[in-house]
Amino acid sequence: MKNFLLLFLFTLALQKSHAQMYLTRNGYIGFFSKTPLENVIAENRQVYAVIDPDKKNLAFVSLMKGFLFAKELMQEHFNENYIESDKYPKASFTGNFTGDVDVKTEGVYPVQVNGQLTLHGITKPIQVPATIEVHQGKITGKSDFKLTPADFDIKIPSIVREKIASQMDVHVLVECNPK
Amino acid sequence: MHKLIRTTLFLMLLYRSSASAQDTTLLNLLNDSLSNHHQPDVVTGTFKATQIINTPTVQAPAKRSLQFLIMHRFGRLNEGGYALFGLDNATIRFGLDYGITDWLAVGVGRSSLEKTYDGSFKLKLLRQTTGKIPVSVSLYELLTYTTLRYSDKPFLTSRFRTAYTSQLLIAKKISSKLSLQLTPAFMHFNLVKNPADKNNIWEIGLGGRIKITKRMSINAEYNYLPDNQVVTDRVYHSLSLGLDIETGGHVFQLVFSNSQGMIGPYYLAKTMDRWGKGGIFFGFNISRSFSFKK
Repeated sequence: MKNFLLLFLFTLALQKSHAQMYLTRNGYIGFFSKTPLENVIAENRQVYAVIDPDKKNLAFVSLMKGFLFAKELMQEHFNENYIESDKYPKASFTGNFTGDVDVKTEGVYPVQVNGQLTLHGITKPIQVPATIEVHQGKITGKSDFKLTPADFDIKIPSIVREKIASQMDVHVLVECNPK
Repeated sequence: MHKLIRTTLFLMLLYRSSASAQDTTLLNLLNDSLSNHHQPDVVTGTFKATQIINTPTVQAPAKRSLQFLIMHRFGRLNEGGYALFGLDNATIRFGLDYGITDWLAVGVGRSSLEKTYDGSFKLKLLRQTTGKIPVSVSLYELLTYTTLRYSDKPFLTSRFRTAYTSQLLIAKKISSKLSLQLTPAFMHFNLVKNPADKNNIWEIGLGGRIKITKRMSINAEYNYLPDNQVVTDRVYHSLSLGLDIETGGHVFQLVFSNSQGMIGPYYLAKTMDRWGKGGIFFGFNISRSFSFKK
């Protein structure tokens, strides 16, 4: 009986250590605003992301100052006036995905990601389609979706409203390695 | 034996609870990793404009961007109702500034006051960096050349029409709202009115801004000119107040100043009016930035 319990504990411990996590510190998030007057492109290549395919959990963190714009003045206005990166330095996401991903079989798995996105100090639930690709022992998460700045209390003054779209196209690409 | 079963159950419970708490655990893992690898930040947006009011700030046009600046001052408020409190008269300066690199910008300008042309550069020496460099420091060099014709002064050759202004801009963004700048200046005039007037003049300025909204700030600058340097003319220290309004690529500045001139030698060493007597010039600065990147 004692041996059995020990064995049971051992398998539990083994199971836990087997829960492989996949991590990156240079994931990509880009957002694009397209209007007839002006296109705005911002890219962050220092996104932290972790995916746990066994528990189907995932999380993202990025620094707002890591978003780079082609025009420096836009970047300054983004940090100073819109996203207020001194006050809210980070954006983060935590959630899970539904859909089956077999880490032992290479392939692209479509999934649905659900979770809480915190941006500009405001947390909102979001639900977006994504794909998870298993390739050469790595896991690549990819998603394209739209975000509305107004949902996160990011105000666009009327004088520049025609130059900034009311919805941003967001692209996420994270290539995670086993931790 | 009972004890062992209890421990097992406890461990199982612990295991289950840790599994359900995984969400935040993953986020904590990332946050820890982020704070371990985070690089210091270069502080940006110390000021909205390239000038507090007249004094240049540590801000400069970014690489491959051009700024067009119009500085405009009406006449004195104490000119009274007949001249509509100065609005009948005006002096103006047009300026173009271009960022060659992220640390060097060059500029040209032309003021209607004494029909003066100017050329300048602004060199960023230090950038305020969180936890590393406490202040931003830039060097501003300005050469001015007056072209106003004097029929009674035929000796005014190009040499005598030229003056040089050097300013060291030492700025600190203390908080997202408050920025201050200390600006020691040195000027050299090739020609002064009398032997008692100094050709080399020292001056020190202090200025800053307080943001009142995300896109508006109140600015002030005071330029202290130590005595016994300019003696022939009765000159005063320059005090200016302004309101910045930023809209996309424009910055509007509404200005009140006892200085009529808007470039180095004029507001620093040739301020002939004083606030107490209503010798105040109302005006504005408008800048528009153009980027030549895609």
